[in-house]
Amino acid sequence: MSQQLEDASFLTSKLDEAIGWARKYSIFQYPFVTACCGMEYMAAACSHYDFDRFGAGLPRFSPRQADVLFVVGTISHKMAPVLLRIYEQMADPKWVVAFGVCTCTGGFYDNYATVMGIDTIMPVDIYIPGCPPRPEYVLDGLMKLQEKIQAQHSKAGQQKA
Amino acid sequence: MMTNADLTALLKERCPDAVRAAHSWRGDQTARINRESLVKVARTLKEDPAFQMDFLMDVTAVDYLTFGQRPPRAFFPSSGVDVAPAPEIPADTPWPGGPEKERFVVVYHFYSSSLRHRIRLHVPVEEKAAELDSLTSLWPAANWLEREVWDMYGIRFKGHPNLKRILMYEEFIGHPLRKDYPVNQRQPLAGPGAVKRSATPSAPAAHSKGSGDLETREMLLNVGPAHPAMHGIIRLVLKLQGERVKEVDVEIGYLHRGFEKMAEVVDYNGVMPYTDRLNYVSPLINNMGYSMAVEKLLGLNVPERCHYIRVIMSEISRLSDHLTCVGASAMELGAFSVFLYLIKAREFLWELVEMVTGARLTISYCRVGGVKGDLPEDFEDRCQKALEETKKVLKEADALLTRNRIFVDRMSGTGVISAQEAIAYGITGPFLRASGTPYDVRKDCPYSVYDRFDFDVPVGAKGDNLDRYYVRMEEMRQSIRIIEAALKTIPPGPVLVDPETGRPMAAAEMVDSAKIGDIPVIARAVAVTDPTLGGSARPQHLGIAVEEKRVVLPPKEDTYGNIEGLMRHFKLVMQGHGVRPPKGESYFPVEGANGELGFYVVSDGSECAYRVRVRPPCFAIMSALPRLLTGDMLADVVPTFGSVNMIGGELDR
Repeated sequence: MSQQLEDASFLTSKLDEAIGWARKYSIFQYPFVTACCGMEYMAAACSHYDFDRFGAGLPRFSPRQADVLFVVGTISHKMAPVLLRIYEQMADPKWVVAFGVCTCTGGFYDNYATVMGIDTIMPVDIYIPGCPPRPEYVLDGLMKLQEKIQAQHSKAGQQKA
Repeated sequence: MMTNADLTALLKERCPDAVRAAHSWRGDQTARINRESLVKVARTLKEDPAFQMDFLMDVTAVDYLTFGQRPPRAFFPSSGVDVAPAPEIPADTPWPGGPEKERFVVVYHFYSSSLRHRIRLHVPVEEKAAELDSLTSLWPAANWLEREVWDMYGIRFKGHPNLKRILMYEEFIGHPLRKDYPVNQRQPLAGPGAVKRSATPSAPAAHSKGSGDLETREMLLNVGPAHPAMHGIIRLVLKLQGERVKEVDVEIGYLHRGFEKMAEVVDYNGVMPYTDRLNYVSPLINNMGYSMAVEKLLGLNVPERCHYIRVIMSEISRLSDHLTCVGASAMELGAFSVFLYLIKAREFLWELVEMVTGARLTISYCRVGGVKGDLPEDFEDRCQKALEETKKVLKEADALLTRNRIFVDRMSGTGVISAQEAIAYGITGPFLRASGTPYDVRKDCPYSVYDRFDFDVPVGAKGDNLDRYYVRMEEMRQSIRIIEAALKTIPPGPVLVDPETGRPMAAAEMVDSAKIGDIPVIARAVAVTDPTLGGSARPQHLGIAVEEKRVVLPPKEDTYGNIEGLMRHFKLVMQGHGVRPPKGESYFPVEGANGELGFYVVSDGSECAYRVRVRPPCFAIMSALPRLLTGDMLADVVPTFGSVNMIGGELDR
């Protein structure tokens, strides 16, 4: 019996790794582009820097088809409920990337109109600071996200650990 | 150029009982009128042959509640140490347009495209009866502008067809630009402390009654605010009959981030980064417009070389803006490869921008009274190379689009607007020029050194989407022409020379010789602090900023290199000091990528602007969107919207 269990955990951890590996190279992102950062998002996605080299080449504009939400640009209070709704519509497993200072902390728009960081309304996995972040930062953030995805285990794996 | 007629005197003659006061300051003519006679005066301005004001450029307001008092600072609470304020720069003539007993002044800017003159109207309004007559019957442009004044200041407009909030949400309580609304008092809709959102979204009433099964019913289609076929966040509620668009409701304000409020709490140079983020595809034009408005207020004229640098950099910005606009709208029609090509070209330009300013797009390159650094040594060659690459890409894009059957079919004949109507909506820029009116601020009201360059203003004939595409493509070629001409004629900047031989030498070489003990060299060498900004390696910032130490921030080499520079920097950035223009107001229009980009700045003599207002060019175009879309097919929404070149930061501020 114990032998059986051990075999099973060996299998699940290997399976986890395989799933993590597969997930991290098939990122379907939802670019929630609102502001200036969108320009750098375009630059990072186009030929000079090219997201596609990291397996994140295809943006999906439907939350149901996406697994990473890129929040790109300032979120105002008027926009916040919309963003929240899109986050809720995404299927698990899902990750959120805060792209740019406004989404991380609100940046220098400390006023009545803006949300001071999207982590006040939803969980965030990776913060990419910069106003806007250079494409190199974005690629670095993307690789950090991939590491995080790889290291995540399914529930069985977590219990084992 | 502009006619120099005394418009205010003429207006007094025409409407003697309406005009309360009039003045001309820094070249801006202003008439202060009684609010009862607003419509009468406006009609005179529009219809009288001596005025012919066909454009209602801008409507805004100023809240004079705290005028002349020390402004509240948002970021740095007072340290408790009172510092003596720096002396004011004396004004040549005192500004006679200050506040009166009324709290608000609604400000109208008019422009006549045939006579090329401008006039500003001040209409004082009491707080208690904050109501004015609407000008929507004379100019449809007034519709959205008046809604914004209502939203931001709570001033009502009698006879307005749809007076509701435009930038803020319906649940918002208060009017954020009033001086007694705290700058960071939030009313969130999501997250902790959220106010309850009303259950029904504000959309026009649904479905008409259809009787038979096969009868076409009207359908409501909600597009946005986050929609794949639209770049930018905006919500369109379309009422469709089959595939025909019958009615459109446009909801904006999703990227409202309080630019105008922030501009009141930071100092004059502190506004510069915020202006970058207005039209973030062409930030330098915004920088330039704002700094020229403040310079007009101060009565300064920047040196020749600075003008040339600003012109070159603005045209590079215009290029990258048009590239993005054409690329994005082509992508939305399915031509993805064009988008990739054009973004490639933009990347070459951005590398150039980075070399000059140290940043790729949010550059904050201008300063009040100058620019941050000189052009780097090898700028001309690199610029020429980048322009060659851009020309190549333009040719490729031209080959891919201009004779592309699908593209042409979808663009031609859609989103048509006549010149007359476009003017009534206050539309300027490529959008207006596509319908045949050659209004270009660079030609009609020349600023900086634009009158020295030879360039054409392309115009369209039909005013449809295809014409707008042609106009933008041609404008890019003209921008390249301007840059090339400017590079040839730019006055030379200072060079670093060896103090012994007089031979020009590079900054790095000078530092090297200093390291081996060459003392006379080090004595005159300048510290180089920012390796990302090529122009910093230039000896001193001569010729790129005015010689007025009370206005221009010292170059970073001085700030970090010697005590005088450090003190001068401190004097300009510390609370209670800083750039202090005399009391007054100025409006300065520049040709933005989307049209006339005007900055209206009011100073109360302190180190923070009392009011900064932007006239955003795409705001006028968006307000005409219902008119443009109605009657077209659903599929035509995409190319028409693409041709507007909506930039959220500029539209919603």
